[in-house]
Amino acid sequence: MAERSFAKEVQKLKQGEGETFTGEGILAITKALLENGVGYVGGYQGSPISHLMDVLADAQEILGELGVHFEASASEATATAMLAASVHYPIRGAVTYKSVVGTNVASDALSNLASGGVTGGALIIVGEDYGEGSSIMQERTYAFAMKSQVWMLDPRPNLPSIVDAVGKGFEMSEISNTPVMLQVGIRSCHVHGHFTASDNKRPAMTVTDALENPKRKLDRIVLPPATYIHEAEKLTKRKPAAEKFIVDQGINERFGNPAGKVGLIVQGGTYNTVIRALNRLDLADIYGDTDIDMLVLNCVYPLVDQQILDFCDGKDAVLIVEEGHPNYIEQQIAHMLYKQGKAVKLEGKGMLPMGGEYTGQVMVDGLGAFFAEHAADLLPVAKVATNEEPVEIPDLSQTLPARPPGFCTGCPERPIFAATKLVEEDLGEHHISSDIGCHLFSIMPPFDLGATTMGYGLGPASAAAFHNENKGGRRSISFVGDGGFWHNGLTSSVGNAVFNKSDNVIVIVDNFYSAATGGQDILSSRAENKTKQTQNSIVTAVKGMGVKWVRQIDRTYDVTKVRDTLKEALTTEEEGPKVIVASSECMLNKQRRVKPEMAKAAKDGKRVVRPRFGVDEDVCTGDHACMRLSGCPSLSVKDTGDPLRDDPVAAIDQTCVGCGNCGEVADAAVLCPSFYQAEIVSNPSESEKRRASRSRRIISWLQTRRDAKRIAFA
Amino acid sequence: MNMHSKPIVARRSPGPDGEKIITLAALAVGGQGGGVLTNWIVAVAEANGYRAQSTSVAGVAQRTGATIYYVEMCRDTGRMPVFALSPAIGDVDIMIASELMEGGRAIMRGFVTPGRTTMIASTHRIPAVSEKVAPGDGRANGPEVIEAMGIAADHVVAFDMETIAKKAGSVISSSLLGGLAGSGALPFPKESYEEVIRASGRGVEASLRAFNAAYDVAQGKTEAPVLEEAPKAPVPVLHVPEKLKKKWAALEARLTALPTEVQEMAGLGLKKVVDYQDVAYGAQYLDMVDKAVALDEAPYNLSINAAKYCARALCYDDIPRVADIKTRATRYERVKGEVVVKDDQVLMLTEYFHPRFEEFATTLPRGLGRWVQKRKGFEAWYEKRFDKGRRIRTDSVPGFLSLWVMSSLRPIRRRLLRHESEMAHVDAWFATALEVAKTDRKLAAEVLANYRLIKGYSDTHARGLSKFAKVMGALDMLKGRDDAADWMRRLRTAALDDVKGEKLDGALDTVRSFAA
Repeated sequence: MAERSFAKEVQKLKQGEGETFTGEGILAITKALLENGVGYVGGYQGSPISHLMDVLADAQEILGELGVHFEASASEATATAMLAASVHYPIRGAVTYKSVVGTNVASDALSNLASGGVTGGALIIVGEDYGEGSSIMQERTYAFAMKSQVWMLDPRPNLPSIVDAVGKGFEMSEISNTPVMLQVGIRSCHVHGHFTASDNKRPAMTVTDALENPKRKLDRIVLPPATYIHEAEKLTKRKPAAEKFIVDQGINERFGNPAGKVGLIVQGGTYNTVIRALNRLDLADIYGDTDIDMLVLNCVYPLVDQQILDFCDGKDAVLIVEEGHPNYIEQQIAHMLYKQGKAVKLEGKGMLPMGGEYTGQVMVDGLGAFFAEHAADLLPVAKVATNEEPVEIPDLSQTLPARPPGFCTGCPERPIFAATKLVEEDLGEHHISSDIGCHLFSIMPPFDLGATTMGYGLGPASAAAFHNENKGGRRSISFVGDGGFWHNGLTSSVGNAVFNKSDNVIVIVDNFYSAATGGQDILSSRAENKTKQTQNSIVTAVKGMGVKWVRQIDRTYDVTKVRDTLKEALTTEEEGPKVIVASSECMLNKQRRVKPEMAKAAKDGKRVVRPRFGVDEDVCTGDHACMRLSGCPSLSVKDTGDPLRDDPVAAIDQTCVGCGNCGEVADAAVLCPSFYQAEIVSNPSESEKRRASRSRRIISWLQTRRDAKRIAFA
Repeated sequence: MNMHSKPIVARRSPGPDGEKIITLAALAVGGQGGGVLTNWIVAVAEANGYRAQSTSVAGVAQRTGATIYYVEMCRDTGRMPVFALSPAIGDVDIMIASELMEGGRAIMRGFVTPGRTTMIASTHRIPAVSEKVAPGDGRANGPEVIEAMGIAADHVVAFDMETIAKKAGSVISSSLLGGLAGSGALPFPKESYEEVIRASGRGVEASLRAFNAAYDVAQGKTEAPVLEEAPKAPVPVLHVPEKLKKKWAALEARLTALPTEVQEMAGLGLKKVVDYQDVAYGAQYLDMVDKAVALDEAPYNLSINAAKYCARALCYDDIPRVADIKTRATRYERVKGEVVVKDDQVLMLTEYFHPRFEEFATTLPRGLGRWVQKRKGFEAWYEKRFDKGRRIRTDSVPGFLSLWVMSSLRPIRRRLLRHESEMAHVDAWFATALEVAKTDRKLAAEVLANYRLIKGYSDTHARGLSKFAKVMGALDMLKGRDDAADWMRRLRTAALDDVKGEKLDGALDTVRSFAA
């Protein structure tokens, strides 16, 4: 695992009956899995569920004691396929990944799993990365639940509710022989809170037990005629069982006064935002006590018709609070009411925005509008009209610079794109296909490289159509990270390019980790990993796929070399895909590893060299060409304070890690001689010191000699 | 978007027990330790018998984007309040911004509300990429944001917390916490904050120093540190050898003959020029300034620009110049300070050079330089053998010597090919300026200022020259207009705004349109 320890979190997983667990939502889920006798856990890292994977990866000891098998799956499809262990055996299994992207990858396995159904509880924890700051497209996982007939929990966003949902999810899955999705929003995953822990449970049957006593039931396997039976089962057995469970266990909660003339039906995940909106409208207090009748759907699929109809019974109007588009829940409820010929006014999208995140203000406005129209008497007068003089606040939109995320200080991917920029200055612009991962930041300033991103490991695949009829014509360049390469890229991108005799250029950005998701190890990671086989060569894999033209670059900071290699790839006569594997360790993880090591070595009196870069401000002319090829956080502008100069000069601050990009770019692009590399040697050897002071003496003699003959700044 | 004209202005209502929820949001640039800060705040709240909940949308592992952290807290009455998971427009009690523009962003997003929000902001700048890449000065307007804070917030605590943290050897999260504690926006005693910092275990002493320093400033007990934005460069001192003192005195005497308005700039320029070449060069410089003064009158803006830009024009960056700077004793000391070298440590210095054929040829004496420039074969050979990056260790004698030899070309600089071309360019430009000055002093001053466009090395330098030529090309179209100077300035600004020169072309088209 990354150069990071989760020992603290692992300790929390050990907590027993009655102890108070304190931590983030996603860690609470991890603990809940163990408390519910899970037999195996898999998944693919990604925000916001990476933490679950990271912690379990470090928790081998506990998992071993409990007989729980954990593995970091190769992809979300692998993870979901792993749940096959719960098909014939009464073993509880859980997998986790980022949705909706992960669910997309998983959907093949998901359909098959859902068709045959499960014996042991199968829980899929999907981390929703929806709304502000999301790194992915805004789609709903709900559609997968509907099409595959798997159930979906969306608990209220507080630790006790989330933890409870894990246990209920397993039970529901077993009772209805159906996989269950537990949906948690990014904020619920990162929410800091408490819950009362219980002891971890050893699974009744471990995967080892299962291996020792194999079982199979033909009617669980997805092949006609079983498939048709499964289809019927879904509707006649499993769904009714799930609905009964929802009602019996009171999965969905009712708040407020049942006699209310208006009511709200809300997804569990939006409960807190709804309550806050009610509170701001004077309709609920800070503890959530309210007279407004509310049905909180902690299980959003399936919906229990009778429960919904009962709730709506005798009401004038009901508002559905459903985040995201399309409004599947609202449609189902409208359908129920219509078929029953109910007259209750159904509100939802329209009063609330069609799509997008339901933030605090959106909710206040939506609920405000609903009550104003259907229960104006409930709404305090003060709230309906502006009760404060709106203050005109200066519009800063023209002033504020955007601050999109970008490459870290010392990132080894920066020089790759600097080199690409230089190649384009030479050979003109090219069509560039990007991929998912840190390297996607190439699309941002200052590089502005990359036209599309089609999915994890699909960068080169998304250049497949670009076949140039004229030999020696322009080729496309596509990027894929080491993470994406192993996830999907090896076959879907590289294999496809080989098979179809693509002439395009593929750059595999190898930074030794799945960096964007927090630095997890992958097949080609260079780190020793007790539980994984790392150090598998990308180059060998690519050659194995049949690529003839492969170049390995072991130091991406060598901008000149990267530039020349890329140039060669774009111009060589050689046929077939040209693959460049550009390798240097993710600086974020490298620093985590190296910094403490260096500090210790220096303390122990060992010779340690700390590199750093700097700018001679009298040489820098303030044209900032270097920054147009860098965007490094530690390379910035500063005023000289010299009245003779107008423009700020380049400056490198203390956060510089001395990666060398500045100097290399200045050299490769022939920018300027302003940059210098300083190497500070702690605990230098005696001879080294002597040599240094001798040189100093000679040098200062030369300097004094020169200064004696001229006027110069002192 | 200005949300304060929204129909519903909804404040939170208290519990039956009158308890209130306090909402706090922190907008930070990734990597500034916003997570640490929120954990501290939650700990402080819980230590004071409050229930607290924090959330963040950390986004991906990258550390350069804007990240938002959110905390809600309420006195523990035995019942769990329903805390919201994200800040809402018009519903934030305390807004912490770890950088000036992020403070502005918080305002723009409606998280800072008059009569409600206490704004705690560090006023230092972390320029965004878009601000850094402009060929000129692309930095955003800070004062405008500080002004907006005054209008938008109920109470503002804004000062440079980054500098405070640095001085204390800590990071900004500590000084932000100090600012928060000092603002008194939270009902918690100072001691409980300090306790939490001590409990955190890492770098406690430094954190406490930063915390307390910021606390005192927030309390108004001590002055805020001056912003690093505008450093005042110390007036440079010249080292004048005995036998040159007389000549130098003569030059200084000429300075006093100049109008007082011009003297400061001319003084700086003179020192720069003499430091660059020699006393005679200084005299040549003063001649130019005199010419401008002769055509000028108070407030002498023309002459001041002449003093400023002639100095820069005369001190062009050639190989001897760069070698000179890199081999100075003062430079070595400066670097030592910059990269922090202790006495028991050894400093190794590597310079990055990439002299192309052009630089090589123009650093030769005129005749020889022209001769090699004509030898294409020789050029090809040079490019094959020498046109590559050179790493020169200036802390070692051999490396230092190689540069020192280069720098010792200074006395014969006037005979080098580069000097000829530079002077031809300078003379033409200066003559034009003086010519214009006869009819339009304002415009002439702008013509002089256009030299700002010429900077950088190799290709960048070439691009600068072509932009300069483009802008100067508009001169004839502008002459005679009473807004000529203004337009000349606009053209220059356009040229400095973007690299591709699209803005400049646009501006030029406009000029042509009304010239035609």
